Amino acid sequence: MNFIRNLLLGLWYILTSSYIKGLIGQALFTFLGFQFLNLLLPDNLSEFSLMIGAIIGVIGFLLFAGVLTDWLLWIGGKETPLKHGAREGRPEWTRYLGPDVNHKVIGIQYGYTSLFVLLVGGLFALIFRLELAQPGMQLLDYQQYNTLFSAHGIVMIVSILLGVGAMLNYLVPLMIGASDMSFPRLNAFSYWVSIPAIVLVLTGMAVGGWDTGWVGYPTLSLVGPLGTMFFLLGFYINGISSIAGSINVLVTTATLRAPGMSLFRMPIFVWAALATSLIQFTATQTIAVALTLNLLERATGLVFFNPAQGGDPLLYQHLFWFYSHPVVYVFVLPGLGIISELLPVFARKPLFGYKWIALSSLGIALVGFLVWAHHMFVAGMSDTLRIVFMISTLFVAIPTGVKFFSWVATLWEGKIELSTPMLFVLGAISVFLIGGITGPILGTVPTDLHLHDSYWVVGHFHATMFGGFIFPFFAGLYYWYPKITGHMYKEALGKLHFWLMVPGFWVMSFGQMSAGIMGMNRRYADYDPALGIETQQVLVTLAAFVIGWSVLIMIYNFIASARTEPVVSMNPWGSRSPEWQIPSPAPEFNYDVPFEVVGDPYDYGLDKPYIRFQVVAGD
Amino acid sequence: MKKYKHAFAVFVLTILSTIGLYALFRFFLFRFPTQASAEAVVIDNFADIHFWLQAFLFALIMVIMLYAVFAFRRQPDDESEGPHVHGHTGLEIIWTIVPTAVVIGFAIYSVGILNGLLAPQEGERTIEVVGRQWSWKFVYPDIDDKSGTELGLLVNEPVVLHMWAEDVIHSFWVPEFRVKQDLLPVQNSETDYYVLRFTPTEEGEFKLRCAEICGLQHSQMFATVRVMNQTDYDAWAAEIASKPGLDELEGMTAEERGQFWYTEFGCNGCHSLDGAAMAGPTWLNLFGKEEQLADGTAVIVDDAYLYESILNPNAKITAGYNPGIMPQNFEDQFNNFGWGDADQITNDLIAFIRTITDDTTASSR
Repeated sequence: MNFIRNLLLGLWYILTSSYIKGLIGQALFTFLGFQFLNLLLPDNLSEFSLMIGAIIGVIGFLLFAGVLTDWLLWIGGKETPLKHGAREGRPEWTRYLGPDVNHKVIGIQYGYTSLFVLLVGGLFALIFRLELAQPGMQLLDYQQYNTLFSAHGIVMIVSILLGVGAMLNYLVPLMIGASDMSFPRLNAFSYWVSIPAIVLVLTGMAVGGWDTGWVGYPTLSLVGPLGTMFFLLGFYINGISSIAGSINVLVTTATLRAPGMSLFRMPIFVWAALATSLIQFTATQTIAVALTLNLLERATGLVFFNPAQGGDPLLYQHLFWFYSHPVVYVFVLPGLGIISELLPVFARKPLFGYKWIALSSLGIALVGFLVWAHHMFVAGMSDTLRIVFMISTLFVAIPTGVKFFSWVATLWEGKIELSTPMLFVLGAISVFLIGGITGPILGTVPTDLHLHDSYWVVGHFHATMFGGFIFPFFAGLYYWYPKITGHMYKEALGKLHFWLMVPGFWVMSFGQMSAGIMGMNRRYADYDPALGIETQQVLVTLAAFVIGWSVLIMIYNFIASARTEPVVSMNPWGSRSPEWQIPSPAPEFNYDVPFEVVGDPYDYGLDKPYIRFQVVAGD
Repeated sequence: MKKYKHAFAVFVLTILSTIGLYALFRFFLFRFPTQASAEAVVIDNFADIHFWLQAFLFALIMVIMLYAVFAFRRQPDDESEGPHVHGHTGLEIIWTIVPTAVVIGFAIYSVGILNGLLAPQEGERTIEVVGRQWSWKFVYPDIDDKSGTELGLLVNEPVVLHMWAEDVIHSFWVPEFRVKQDLLPVQNSETDYYVLRFTPTEEGEFKLRCAEICGLQHSQMFATVRVMNQTDYDAWAAEIASKPGLDELEGMTAEERGQFWYTEFGCNGCHSLDGAAMAGPTWLNLFGKEEQLADGTAVIVDDAYLYESILNPNAKITAGYNPGIMPQNFEDQFNNFGWGDADQITNDLIAFIRTITDDTTASSR
């Protein structure tokens, strides 16, 4: 009886959660906004009315979800306390269902949303991989195929941005000894605004889909189906989440570090978080410009990109890649930070060349801003620009190389412990290496003339994304799982996940590149059997399914392990990092006793401590 | 002594793995299609240097990493920490400087190759290439500006393509030729075209594959590229030359002109003549049939319906097809073509559509 009562109660909490309230608000406001504008505006602006309606819908989501409540009350002159914990009389877990300001809660919200969206995007990929296993169209029509691959791209990007948000939110305050982010309400806002963005993208699939890929190049985006508008708008709204989130990380890192934590005594992950947030904060504005112009040209007929009316389609590509190249480093820098963070713990040795690794993150962030047009080597730019961007692109190899060499030097002569997080770190290095070595051949224009827009590119960037984000993210999830939940994951299942995913990924990546060099085009719903790539196509599809299953094993592991005995040790990995010197899960305000930094973060093998908890007067 | 043992093992293993990986890449995983152009030879040779670099870097990092994992793995009863090494500035400088030098070398080398690939050749033949959803058109200025849907090239003769798109971005890629260039829509195709140069060196038939996502049928936007010797080329060019020119259109019947417009304006990209399913309804047995529309009503396909559907395609949408797929500017395109006007060309097309029935297909066999 009690069980059923709890189940029904739980269901009721979910149905009345801010997620559901927000969705109702979004639907209602979109509908009302659209109807109102449609009455006011002439018929040929109906897409514009819908667009504005959808923007009003996002505000509706935030209002109904309660994200704006505090700010609205302030306008009325009312003070509001920071909201911590579940509503009175409700179980603790229900605090995850609404806007809570604790950075760990928000980090976990980012985390499970990221995993959910990852599964959705992965499912899209598996569906169209099935289609690509055989030549000819068996499962999908062109419209469905084009929508699925386009949605796979943007949905995965949103998932990665959410995953980056999860890592930054959960870890940065803990690592620098802060009790929370600088702007807790803004922090909640940046998570919650990404939900209506995802809804918009998925709505786009339902209302005709779109076939521009995630890049949305005009003039194709100007004539595509209605789904294109929803996709562009969802992309846009997600950028707001990025900008707001990055401000918080930058300010928090700048102002809330524990006493004694100079920049070069920060945990290395915080350096990565800093570099990533700098990029997010400065580059995201450009994509907003590109998407705004694209949306306005589509919906109102203002001319920016259509050459028939005097616009320039290359302008969009420049604006687009000025964000979308640096954002790749937003995806990978936190992951590379996790690799650098975990290696010393599992090799029991100091991080080799701490300062070099820290500065190489900033170096990558800087060079990343100067290489965007390598995505446009065959787009019709001037030959001079091709050469300039070829040279700047090749320079990315230098700071990336510093990281690789420092990593293997950290391993050298260590006492290497191969637990699941370490396995994923090593897997990440191998996969990111595949991404790294297959880059220069795309960076030099002569070879790129052949490989551009082929499956080689698909293989290359999936390797950088998996090596730079997915593998380290999973390593981090296993590593901090006991910190987050207070329980230990099942090691055997973790190892099974690893031994399925790494070989699976190697096969997938090399299969894609092999097909590409032999003439397989990107974004093709079908392939020509005359190219002789049947083996590759079948293997890539099989490998994709292996990867998909292995991720499900991880999720099962996390759910099942939450019910096991709590961990005995406060510090199961023997880490020197501050977050492991307090109980798990961490207390509401992290450090009941503040600490000061008295040593270096990675001095394994020395008896000198990294932090010392301050003696509180009167104790 | 022990220190050098490890270093020596890594050194030997790296060299062996580099050679093994290079062989794996070059002969098994990363095989190029046939080299059918002069550019392919240059590009493949350059790629070969890349394969060596890839093999070396992959071997180097993986050998050190895996060797460390096996040689320095923590023993079950060993609770001690590793040696306290913070870093080595000399090493860091070396692995910053050496890659910088290699990268600069690569950059200089590729600039040289690129300049060679882009340079105009003596005696190159100009061909105009038009991309549109989802077909290709080739205009031959030296064959009286006649056009066709097949790209005919003379073997070993350098060619320069002047390319543009009519609607959205497309991209010219024949994998056997290696080189690639996007075609963007332009305001004035006389001056704003995009250029691609290459010299085909192998006779035979190749497939041009659009390489920039261009909408629904992107993966079917192909054209045949025929590389011929002088004899075959002359015969082929004579056939192209015998196609009707603008001044001959007057003497033709409406049906014949309709057939000409069918490829000229790219109707063939979406409407089949044999019943095959494409982005638009097939023209086989279309005239006189009852067509179900997306709004649930039905309409008999007659002159008035076809006329409206060509010039204002979004007015009535056939069930199962999407609005917005077909260009809505055919009236302008027809009027600006330089022969007749939109009314006449539309009527020619309708006359042609009337003839596409099973009966005519059977009798022509």
